[in-house]
Amino acid sequence: MRFMMIVKATTDSEAGQPPSQELIDAMQKYNEELVKAGVLLAADGLMPSSGGIRISYPEPGGKPKIMDGPFTEAKEMIAGYTLIEVKSREEAVEWAMRMPDPHGFGQGEIELRQVYEMEDLVDNPETLAKDAALREQLEAQRKA
Amino acid sequence: MSLHQTHRTIDAIWRMESAKLIAALTRIVRDVGVAEDLAQDALVIALDRWPETGIPDNPAAWLMTTAKRRAIDGIRRNKLRDQKYAEIGHGADLYTEDDIDSALDGEIGDDLLRLIFMTCHPVLSQDARVALTLRLLCGLTTDEIARSFLAAETTIAQRIVRAKRTLSAAKVPFEVPVGKELLRDRLSAVFEVIYLMFNEGYSATSGEHWTRPLLCQEALRLGRVLAEIAPRVPEIHGLVALMEIQSSRMKTRVNAKGEPVLLMDQNRAKWDQLLIRRGLSALERCRKLGQPLGPYALQASISACHAQAASVAETDWIKIAALYEALSTVSPSPIVELNRAVAISMAFGPAFGLQIIDELYAVPSLKEYHLLPSVRGDLLVKLGRYDEARVEFERAAALTRNERERALLWNRAAECEFAQLN
Repeated sequence: MRFMMIVKATTDSEAGQPPSQELIDAMQKYNEELVKAGVLLAADGLMPSSGGIRISYPEPGGKPKIMDGPFTEAKEMIAGYTLIEVKSREEAVEWAMRMPDPHGFGQGEIELRQVYEMEDLVDNPETLAKDAALREQLEAQRKA
Repeated sequence: MSLHQTHRTIDAIWRMESAKLIAALTRIVRDVGVAEDLAQDALVIALDRWPETGIPDNPAAWLMTTAKRRAIDGIRRNKLRDQKYAEIGHGADLYTEDDIDSALDGEIGDDLLRLIFMTCHPVLSQDARVALTLRLLCGLTTDEIARSFLAAETTIAQRIVRAKRTLSAAKVPFEVPVGKELLRDRLSAVFEVIYLMFNEGYSATSGEHWTRPLLCQEALRLGRVLAEIAPRVPEIHGLVALMEIQSSRMKTRVNAKGEPVLLMDQNRAKWDQLLIRRGLSALERCRKLGQPLGPYALQASISACHAQAASVAETDWIKIAALYEALSTVSPSPIVELNRAVAISMAFGPAFGLQIIDELYAVPSLKEYHLLPSVRGDLLVKLGRYDEARVEFERAAALTRNERERALLWNRAAECEFAQLN
């Protein structure tokens, strides 16, 4: 089963402040451990929300509203994620507990969430066919 | 935390740490059996204490320290015993580890690698290697291994006990073999074990199918571990790539009724794109090492061609045919030839495939192999030679041992008869 460890944003990460060397080292060591245990699938960091946009749908069936970043409420935002594959929820929790405090200054926050399997969500052949068509298109673009 | 919850957490910690523990302990005591006992002892102590004291901040370190302490006590006792033996004239020094502290340091990755080489040692039978690897490196219980192989627990337990005894009796050293030749030969034994483990889980459609993915997952995880601790060996990445890409199709290989679904008929939308990407990048790592591709990397490249094609029709069959050609040079086998024939017929037309197939009819080992007439029948249908095709399908149906496949082949034979009439 797959789990995502979501690292929440902080005022520092939102300001584009690079993490301390100490934190980078600690994270690197941690990621190495995940890799050596064969459980790491993917991990990435996100740029500050000042470069992002938010799309909302205030009216049912209406046009989307687009808002430019930066957004407020740092803790509601994501600064990075780590995707792992493990055998049990307990194992995921154990790995999450070992992640270094991502930001310090009492702002670090990690959220652990289980990832849906495709078949948990849909088993509708039509939906799957559309998804396949999209992937085909993607592949064609990649080759172009 | 409830007692149950604590035990589940300890179980998770054990799965995460047992291989490292056993590897480090083997370095100290030089015997995997003893090392496993020591690690298990530490686990028992943890199960006893942690529900009361709470789980320590660094449970891995706690387990390691506890196990090491017991190991050192054991060594001291043995040294004492050896001294006594020496005094009465036997003088066998069982433990040459002078500096225990230096034995406790060192790179954990190296220990794991040594442990893999040990559990995959040629003195053991193939079955024993797999069982021992699952047990010591994947932390699977005897019960889990037994269920995965649809074998009795006692059979597996005995197999593991005997394997440990064999390693001990043969004085198999806890080391990574040196020398290029040795490394290559022994590594291929390691790859074999991992891939065998993977295939056990991948190809089986019988039994309690839910335990089978466990084998694939463990093999893949082990492959990923190996790729990290020995990154300069190209075939490791080839093997990982092969397993990642094959795993990506896991959920489409069997339909809702439990029947196998062939690659050509699988719902590609359900292929796991993350695993495909990981497989492709593992293959890239392999290629970047700049050596000729080995058998696993070649198979992975073939798998990659399928993974990158949006449909059967859009598959790069010419490339696949070329890859099979290369594979038949590196590791020739009639099965590879058969696959090559299929690829060639897809790339250049059924008549070209048929030529290779006809040559294969002379191979004795394929005499009873149902896929040979089945593939030949398929090509004959494409050429409109229904009468001959029907004979082949009937022949294949008589040869297969799988009920579902037999029904399918009879069906195809009947279709030929029908096509002929029209």
